[in-house]
Amino acid sequence: MAYSEKVIDHYENPRNVGAFDKADPHVGTGMVGAPACGDVMKLQIKVNNEGIIEDAKFKTYGCGSAIASSSLVTEWVKGKSLDEAMQLKNTQIANELALPPVKIHCSILAEDAIKAAIDDYRQKHGAAEGADAARAAA
Amino acid sequence: MLALPVYLDYSATTPVDPRVVDKMIPFLREQFGNPASRSHAFGWGAESAVETARAQVAALVGADPREIVWTSGATESINLAVKGAAHFYKERGRHLVTVKTEHKATLDTMRELEREGFEVTYLDVDENGMVGLDVFTQSLRKDTILASVMYVNNEIGVIQDIPAMGEICRERGVLFHVDSAQATGKLPIDLASLKVDLMSFSAHKTYGPKGVGALYIQRKPRIRIEAQIHGGGHERGFRSGTLPTHQIVGMGEAFRIAGEEMANENDRIRMLRDKLLRGLTRMDEVYVNGDMERRVPHNLNLSFNFVEGESLIMAIKDVAVSSGSACTSASLEPSYVLRALGRSDELAHSSIRFTIGRFTTEEEVDFAIDLINAKVGKLREMSPLWEMHLDGVDLSKVQWAAH
Repeated sequence: MAYSEKVIDHYENPRNVGAFDKADPHVGTGMVGAPACGDVMKLQIKVNNEGIIEDAKFKTYGCGSAIASSSLVTEWVKGKSLDEAMQLKNTQIANELALPPVKIHCSILAEDAIKAAIDDYRQKHGAAEGADAARAAA
Repeated sequence: MLALPVYLDYSATTPVDPRVVDKMIPFLREQFGNPASRSHAFGWGAESAVETARAQVAALVGADPREIVWTSGATESINLAVKGAAHFYKERGRHLVTVKTEHKATLDTMRELEREGFEVTYLDVDENGMVGLDVFTQSLRKDTILASVMYVNNEIGVIQDIPAMGEICRERGVLFHVDSAQATGKLPIDLASLKVDLMSFSAHKTYGPKGVGALYIQRKPRIRIEAQIHGGGHERGFRSGTLPTHQIVGMGEAFRIAGEEMANENDRIRMLRDKLLRGLTRMDEVYVNGDMERRVPHNLNLSFNFVEGESLIMAIKDVAVSSGSACTSASLEPSYVLRALGRSDELAHSSIRFTIGRFTTEEEVDFAIDLINAKVGKLREMSPLWEMHLDGVDLSKVQWAAH
């Protein structure tokens, strides 16, 4: 499997590897995938009182493309509001990393992971409040 | 100075031994004759070289040279043996037996015969990759015409009990084909005593060139097969097509060297393999796939739990290895061989095959050990599954969102 230079760069120098405390009220955690399918992504966001994602971390079990997709997403969502981050599409990830067709599922997984992290954060703060959740937490 | 990448994928293919190359070159230059040409010295010379090679191949496996038919490789040999015997003996019965962990060359040939109306039993293996003799015996029926089993598995290197299976088949009048692509030069084979009717060989797994192989077709008792390739009636009609003299000469020389050097070479390779095993199992959660006793010394197949195989291969690109077999490594499916051993999907996804050979050095093995220890550590730091494992989470109890 030939990888693009961007995949190799993210794979060899992954951005934002690590974990936040799941119990922290400012943290939203999304875990998607399954070991049986060959990839599991855990993506975490730390949201400030203004509802802006100020930090993101990931851990991924999967192929190089899965690692690169999650690394890229953590970079992209930093500084975005939750609503902006919700707009992220897997096609943007796939295009940026020039993923071949057999690796498109990695970008879909990364999109699912960020959405799951946002959902988790919003649930902690009452689902109905949506984007205003951060203010409620404050 | 170590040349990178280090090659530890000898079961995918081997480099051609320089001594083999030297023997081949004259047959590409001045001795270019067609071995089927009967009217001049060019042909006679080529024919003589082909017959010398036939005797060399026969000698390694204890066969009569007249029992060896040249083919383009083990895949063709397997096709010729299995389809050829099934077609010839179809009036006797329509049932065939093979094993789930066979190479695709056998499995896909069996699938094709199923489409033609044959019935095939695919035997399970135990957790070590071995076919139980009782399981094998019970699978043979009155209408079974042929069983096909590989001597040495390409992914996990385990050695099936071919002598015993041969006895079982012969007693029941079932033809027995053995795929020995991964066996030559790794263990002694004596077809004079084995109850094997058909055996497939490849040159390029034993330091010969790609594109040539052979099929052993027993003479006593005589085994009949239907040809699959028709034409000029070469190879007594079993396999038409002009013989590639240079490749055949290469296969002969490669098998001659294997016969002479196998014993010493295997001791050295076993020492290196065991060193690699010790160096890699220093880490936690590393599992050997396949029986470690009934196994060729060249093969080590390990699962690095909580690390995905493809990303590990990418991380250790200075060491050339494979996950699963070379033929299936383009797919995203975990190894069907490891699945047949009952390995969990995680462990099957985390497997790496290391295969060592004639030109592997201790320095290369040391390099591989250090690199893999470092990279597995790094990938585990990045793995949510490793984190959960360290937290004491039982991954088999987690409800995963399947996708």
